[in-house]
Amino acid sequence: MSKFLALACGVIIGGGAAAALTGCGNSTPQPVEADGGITPRQFANAVHAVMMADRTVYAKHIVTRLKEQGSEVSASEYWQDEEGTIPLPAQMFRMGAEIVDGNEEAGFTYALKSLWPLNPQNEPKSPQEIEGLKYIVDHPGENFYGEEKLGDKTYFTAVYADKAVAKACWDCHNNHADRGDDYPEFKEGDVMGGVVVRIPLD
Amino acid sequence: MSSWIYALVWLALSLLVGSSLGVVLLSDDSALKQTYLPGKTTHGHYQIEMKCSACHDPDLGVTSKSCLECHENELREALDTHPASKFNDPTNAPRLAVLDAQNCIACHKEHVPHETHPMGVTLPQDFCFHCHQEIADERPSHKNLDFHTCQTSGCHNYHDNRTLNENFLHKNLDQPDHLVEQVVPERNALARYLASQDEPVKPLQAQDAAFHSSVARDEALIDAWAGSVHAQVGVNCNDCHTQDQKPETWQNHVTHETCQKCHADETSGFLSGMHGMRLSQGLSPMSPGDARLPMKHSSVHAELTCSSCHSPHDADVRVAAVDSCVKCHNDEHTLAYQQSPHARLWRDELAGDLPPGSGVSCATCHMPREEHGSSKAPKVKVQHNQNDNLQPNEKMVRGVCMHCHSLQYSLDAMHDPHQIESNFSSTPQQPSVESLEMVRRWFDERKSRRP
Repeated sequence: MSKFLALACGVIIGGGAAAALTGCGNSTPQPVEADGGITPRQFANAVHAVMMADRTVYAKHIVTRLKEQGSEVSASEYWQDEEGTIPLPAQMFRMGAEIVDGNEEAGFTYALKSLWPLNPQNEPKSPQEIEGLKYIVDHPGENFYGEEKLGDKTYFTAVYADKAVAKACWDCHNNHADRGDDYPEFKEGDVMGGVVVRIPLD
Repeated sequence: MSSWIYALVWLALSLLVGSSLGVVLLSDDSALKQTYLPGKTTHGHYQIEMKCSACHDPDLGVTSKSCLECHENELREALDTHPASKFNDPTNAPRLAVLDAQNCIACHKEHVPHETHPMGVTLPQDFCFHCHQEIADERPSHKNLDFHTCQTSGCHNYHDNRTLNENFLHKNLDQPDHLVEQVVPERNALARYLASQDEPVKPLQAQDAAFHSSVARDEALIDAWAGSVHAQVGVNCNDCHTQDQKPETWQNHVTHETCQKCHADETSGFLSGMHGMRLSQGLSPMSPGDARLPMKHSSVHAELTCSSCHSPHDADVRVAAVDSCVKCHNDEHTLAYQQSPHARLWRDELAGDLPPGSGVSCATCHMPREEHGSSKAPKVKVQHNQNDNLQPNEKMVRGVCMHCHSLQYSLDAMHDPHQIESNFSSTPQQPSVESLEMVRRWFDERKSRRP
């Protein structure tokens, strides 16, 4: 009974974790730790579920809806420069990551990275990120979990596939002026990059 | 002399020297306190150098918090390209071990004039190398460029790249040097204020002037006020000269705090710039006599508050746009203004030969009208922080120069120090800044690769 209560607490703490624990590739709910806390893996899965839910809502119910209704407002990469525009879903996602980055109380960071970034600043930097991004491409439907040392800190690092789900996404990427020579022609369902969630362990 | 007399003299001298130094140290605003300065401060901070606590925290030393207290809004408005939070991604740990880019004073130190470059940067100027080594591989156009040149006019700024982002440069490639329509945005604060009131505002007349009975009636002042915007929007004498309309609190002198009640944005800008930064730190007002720039001898004892530039009763902003500036400033750029093409346009506008917004005053460039909101609901504000768009000077290109000139023409003009000294009295040599052509080639090359 107490184990059940602890699991319930873990789910509540994770904020929307129910979706995470059942919807992240092949991950399965992990046992709650003896002290009632949740594991770094559960925490990563939970926050990833929340961030992906928010991004889906933004893409589906805001960006797509504006387009379907023929609104004068549209999503644009250059939204800061162009009147009547709002950020692309991926930009919205990155801006959220920057806010979390600036929040010392958050206790974790996340980033959207790719083996084929349009902006070189978004390429994987650590060996673990490179391994994780390759893993999610080679193992469809699975997430990558590992530990790494960066500077003098050890981190739990999770990498989740970021797939091409809307034609607007792969169309824009495939035709972008900044695409490199080895840039793939993306199509629906392809893994275009990965969401890296990183939690300090010490 | 006996030893106790020596001891007494020694004690008296020690007390005298100690108390003198103590008084100097505890004072926030004393020229004597310069004794304690470890080295000359930068052009941006020398006015407040005597107030050590403006930057130094007794417990923590100098932290970024002190810097952001004054500069955070500016950085936010500039869409800072390198905020500290950008480096919170733990994969930046190796980079941060080389260059602590999360800390303002890693790059901007004070009291080290021998190490200080433009913009108060105290790093070797090839600092971009630490994170952007691959640039020559990513951009063949950058192959032979030195990392010392990244921050030059027309290329990149560390914090503010609004004008220099690729998309903006590409969109503004081919424009005539002088645009067909050459006007600055129309100020609309009065219209916005009137529209925001629930009840129609009743303008006041000379006979409505309400002031304390002890104040002698000055018809000239009252007439000036009655013709001003203040009277037009119902602001009476007592509104500015008393506290909460209490007659006994009447003061002839009106401080910036009174102006701030209605002009919050303008006062905030004033307090953030060189003119008002001393007031923002609770010090005495800035005086031209203390400036490092050349100032007119006749103005050295003036004090800078809102009313120093704005005639407080007639509120004619045209006075503050040129006359107030040239009353104090005595540098080559200012002295060249009256003979410049910009000044001719300004005179023509005042004479009614050109439409409003066609002239170029000192304020047009240094206190520009900023457009906020959207074209459907524009909110035009006058930026009263005259440093906001001054350094690096490319910051002026988008918000000022491009109201009338092409991007290329503007960048070329701001790139040439002789153009600036002569107040743009000749045509800039074109093209001296190659950024736009580099962007054109980059976009053309990318476009040619697509089917």
